[in-house]
Amino acid sequence: MTGAPIIVLDRVSKNFGDVRAVEELSLTINEGEFITFLGPSGCGKSTALKMIAGLMPLTAGTITISAPTSDAEHDLGFVFQEPTLMPWASVFDNVYLPLRLADIGLGEATPRVREALREVGLTRFAEAYPRELSGGMKMRVSIARALVTRPRILLMDEPFAALDEMTRSKLNDDLVKLSDDHGLTVVFVTHSVFESVYLSTRVIVMAARPGRLVADTPLAAPWPRKEEYRTSLEFSTEARRISETLKGTLDVDDIDH
Amino acid sequence: MSTISTTDRTTDPDMDTGAPVNTGHLLRARRERMLSWVMPITLLVIAICLWEFLVWYNQVPKYLIPAPSLIAETLVRDFASLMASSWFTVRLTFLSLALAIVGGVLLGALFALSRPVELSLFPFAVILQVTPVVAIAPLILIYVDSTFAALLICAWIVAFFPILTNTVIGLRSADHNLRDLFAMYRASPWQRLRYLLVPSALPYFMAALRVAGGLALIGAVVAEFVAGTAGQHTGLASRIIESSFRSEIPRMFAALLLVSALGIVIFLLTSWVSHRVLGHWHESEIRREH
Repeated sequence: MTGAPIIVLDRVSKNFGDVRAVEELSLTINEGEFITFLGPSGCGKSTALKMIAGLMPLTAGTITISAPTSDAEHDLGFVFQEPTLMPWASVFDNVYLPLRLADIGLGEATPRVREALREVGLTRFAEAYPRELSGGMKMRVSIARALVTRPRILLMDEPFAALDEMTRSKLNDDLVKLSDDHGLTVVFVTHSVFESVYLSTRVIVMAARPGRLVADTPLAAPWPRKEEYRTSLEFSTEARRISETLKGTLDVDDIDH
Repeated sequence: MSTISTTDRTTDPDMDTGAPVNTGHLLRARRERMLSWVMPITLLVIAICLWEFLVWYNQVPKYLIPAPSLIAETLVRDFASLMASSWFTVRLTFLSLALAIVGGVLLGALFALSRPVELSLFPFAVILQVTPVVAIAPLILIYVDSTFAALLICAWIVAFFPILTNTVIGLRSADHNLRDLFAMYRASPWQRLRYLLVPSALPYFMAALRVAGGLALIGAVVAEFVAGTAGQHTGLASRIIESSFRSEIPRMFAALLLVSALGIVIFLLTSWVSHRVLGHWHESEIRREH
């Protein structure tokens, strides 16, 4: 299922003033993997993601992203914790933005924007404005915008944290389907053990102060995940295993403070 | 290509398209809209009638408080000269507002782009703003040959500052995640300005425009008062001073009425522009159903 290394982090560190947010993080992410960064607040998981996206300079180390093989205008798609939509622009124009910034004309872009909207189930809402949409729908627009450039890598920073449980489950299912259909490599940041176990092929457990990798746990359950997996014994066992690892990091944290 | 099933849309809470149209609700909204016009107009008519009645009943002399009918009569009689003055004030006000917009936006953009430029020039802008225009006007009138240009400068000084400050704040108010997104997609400075910074600044700019519209008129009137010019090519403020010297109180009221009317037109115009630009997306212009 997974291919050659696509993102390689080599002893990546990040300081904010005197605070060490990420310490010597080394990790190889392979093509087609669905990786989750899981950990408590302040463990540097969002910082690591932003460094991969090139949105934050590194204090030390290197991040290598393999050269693109596809015709993607942009290799990375990024989904923020908030939908981060332009309130003055329609759903269509929000999704069109990455193509517009790549100087792709409306004629060429329109079918692709429509296709991205169809994929996230928002065909009928192309002309709507963000304020007219629910939280889940806004997040779908954000995902469509990230996918419209046909990226190889999708980076997601706790995208469903603010959503209710029902919407979150639905979006998790949709995300599994999208990433499988597009053969995406996904790096997903979350607080939720259940979300990480359901979504990922590998969970990277991180601890705080300083942010560091504690456990790199592959999950063996068949991919793409089916809804039944949520209620399976395997899911509960994996969730317990990851929870125990995470609890270990929290214990260390508690002793420190 | 992949597709997320849309058959579950009816069961998906975030795909709900909303409740059916409630006609009772629409009727109530329409009635409220009508009332918002009818009520103030009715009250205004009652106030004018009461004014007319009290002046007539108490036999108030016209050099103290003229009746509304006399003011209307004066308006008709002196229509040509009052309209010429109105046109002068309109030109002065709108020209100073236009220059305030151009100057405020350009300087604001420069401030937003360069911190050193802002730090160097902002104190000058503040000095211009905090010094009362009535105190600067006599000097400007001495240094500038053309009276119209001098008045224009005075009105511009008053209207310029809100546009400048709000443009600076607006251009810096773009969402930081959207800034990151634009950086990630390698947007050019022009693309960032056009698709992110300018739309983000619009609500701030529109708020400034409403304030500056009123201030331009105040600036124009105050400058004219200070200039105290008389003659054919003068504005409504000069008509007021002139009428006051001649104790032509009905004429004074007529000119005052026109100044107020101009102020109202400016307010309505700037509100309309703001609604046209922001109405479809910004909280300040969206009417919520309760």
